[in-house]
Amino acid sequence: MVISDSRPERSAVLDARDLGSLLEALQLRGYGPVGPTIVGDAVVLRPIAGVDELPSGVGDAQEPGSYRLAPRDDGRFFGHNLGPSSAKRFLFPPVRSLWTAIRIGPQVRIEANDDPPPKIALIGLRACDLAAIAIQDRVFGREPYVDPHYQAARENALLIAVNCSQAAATCFCASMGTGPRVGGGFDLCLTELLDAGGHRFLVEAGSEKGDQVLADLPTTVATERDRRAARAESDRAQAQIQRRLDTDGLKDVLYRNAEHPYWNTVGERCLACGNCTLVCPTCFCATVEDASDLTGDRTERTRIWDSCFNLEFSYIHGGSVRTSTAARYRQWITHKLGAWIEQFGTSGCVGCGRCIAWCPVGIDITEEAGRLRSEDRAPQPVGR
Amino acid sequence: MKPTRRPRVAVWKFASCDGCQLTVLDCEDELLALAEAIEIAYFPEATRASSPGPYDVSLVEGSITTRNDAKRILKVRKQSRIVVAIGACATAGGIQALRNHADVADYTRAVYAHPEWIETLDKSTPIRNHVYVDYELRGCPIAKGQLLELVTALLAGRRPNLPVYSVCEECKRKGNPCVMVARGVPCMGPVTQAGCGALCPSFARGCYACFGPCEGANVHALDAALAKLGVGEEDRLRAFRGFNGYAEPFREAAEALNR
Ligand code: SF4
Ligand code: SF4
Ligand code: SF4
Ligand code: SF4
Repeated sequence: MVISDSRPERSAVLDARDLGSLLEALQLRGYGPVGPTIVGDAVVLRPIAGVDELPSGVGDAQEPGSYRLAPRDDGRFFGHNLGPSSAKRFLFPPVRSLWTAIRIGPQVRIEANDDPPPKIALIGLRACDLAAIAIQDRVFGREPYVDPHYQAARENALLIAVNCSQAAATCFCASMGTGPRVGGGFDLCLTELLDAGGHRFLVEAGSEKGDQVLADLPTTVATERDRRAARAESDRAQAQIQRRLDTDGLKDVLYRNAEHPYWNTVGERCLACGNCTLVCPTCFCATVEDASDLTGDRTERTRIWDSCFNLEFSYIHGGSVRTSTAARYRQWITHKLGAWIEQFGTSGCVGCGRCIAWCPVGIDITEEAGRLRSEDRAPQPVGR
Repeated sequence: MKPTRRPRVAVWKFASCDGCQLTVLDCEDELLALAEAIEIAYFPEATRASSPGPYDVSLVEGSITTRNDAKRILKVRKQSRIVVAIGACATAGGIQALRNHADVADYTRAVYAHPEWIETLDKSTPIRNHVYVDYELRGCPIAKGQLLELVTALLAGRRPNLPVYSVCEECKRKGNPCVMVARGVPCMGPVTQAGCGALCPSFARGCYACFGPCEGANVHALDAALAKLGVGEEDRLRAFRGFNGYAEPFREAAEALNR
């Protein structure tokens, strides 16, 4: 497990007009900035060249199955909430070549792809994003099943968090104990302040590397007023969180209702399209595909994101275990909110709400879990 | 080991527009390597040279719409070790299967000056309704990448990677913001089989289901979502009754809307 080196927190104030100096300092140290930017009709994480690519003055409105960009007149850089992409795309990419087998005459040579992933700085991660990374650290970093590709990407990534100043209608980090205020696990953490004191950032360093970057920036001393303003930002976000998930004993509720007829009703609404698992920052399932070329002399094995909503996902000798959509939805939510706890010592959900907003039919994990709890009753048969 | 003999491939045409055959020719970058790896033994669209069967692989484009074609496909099957149906026509009956929902005599009367000269079956049907089909490539037209994947897999004697899950998965891997969620644009991706690389959503438009239904396509749930986006009944009917309108469960969804 990779944890940013813990050091006494150092903080300072950066004028918003000097935000570019952060990107420059990162680039100077060899980190390619990856930050929120508008692609199509959403704010997504992408490599960015300068602050002008940040979604300044853009917010969003999110509901189950709906996401809309919305202009805001205050010029905040981080006045948006989470978009469909997360750090997962960069630390555990959707498609990755693992190795290539090359035939030369009677010999076969296997070349592992251990190209080091690029050094990147992930900018704009929220509290729940950091919690999700900590979960994936456990999934991919636990002995003896350490994933070298994840590990390498993780070591080469600088995590630059941003405290949320507002919450979307889909957020429920407060229920999952992951936000909205950033706790730890970052190299640098920014809080965007906008008050009589001006448009500025409170910048906190959470690691040695973060400290070094902070030292490069044209900052001023952080005052008690700045710190108070930063807390007010988080308080506002906290107050805006409306969605709740009652996690109390949830694992047992899920386990004892495995045969509840409720699953069939959600199976009727669910498209089994897999969007929820793919936008989820903690879902980690992948499959491997082998592809040969026309000469048959070169074969490549690629790892690609998979989903428990696919029939083939549960294929074992003789057929697939989960043939109905009801069984696949049950698998997803029971693993995420229940079995995960036994497996990794934590819920698999950080309350980011991405699966709610990006489900084309607006299926809401908090509502479904809540409904099951309210109907918690004796076992009934379910479609397999 | 290299095969001692290049596999002999035939390309056949039934009721279709030739678009899928053109995709074969469209493999420009790979055409030379392809010609080295396989022998194109029969391909009237590309070459006049044709040598008789048997063939190792037959790529079959088009649907069965005449009595004669229904006989011809049996002959194709007899001469071929592996039969691959390519495209929406061959795998679902194609756009010409629109007649399957109507009286074909009405169409012939409306279209032809001498309908009595037209000899046609009342239904346009996929190849698999007539003979055993080893593999199907979906799409209108098929995706070049899938065709090459199938050919290389057959050459290597391995299983081809032909996913049966939804277009959404390719869409998300690509990192497209969902057009349905972010813009309210109707998209058939959640019920459509992957394989195109989420072509249409990558250009910010909705998928129109040219790859046909994915495994477990929940057409009724998507239909309800489209209705919620304000798509009227007639347009939803058209969305399901496209190139793959005769494929279940698209047929059933359209039928429910047409009631
Ligand atoms: S399950 Fe949903 S809300 Fe929870 S972490 Fe995954 S995407 Fe976010
Ligand atoms: S819950 Fe929503 S996003 Fe997830 S598979 Fe079902 S329909 Fe798709
Ligand atoms: S744009 Fe269409 S294909 Fe892509 S995720 Fe959305 S619904 Fe699925
Ligand atoms: S996105 Fe849909 S309509 Fe477009 S090419 Fe792919 S399957 Fe066909």
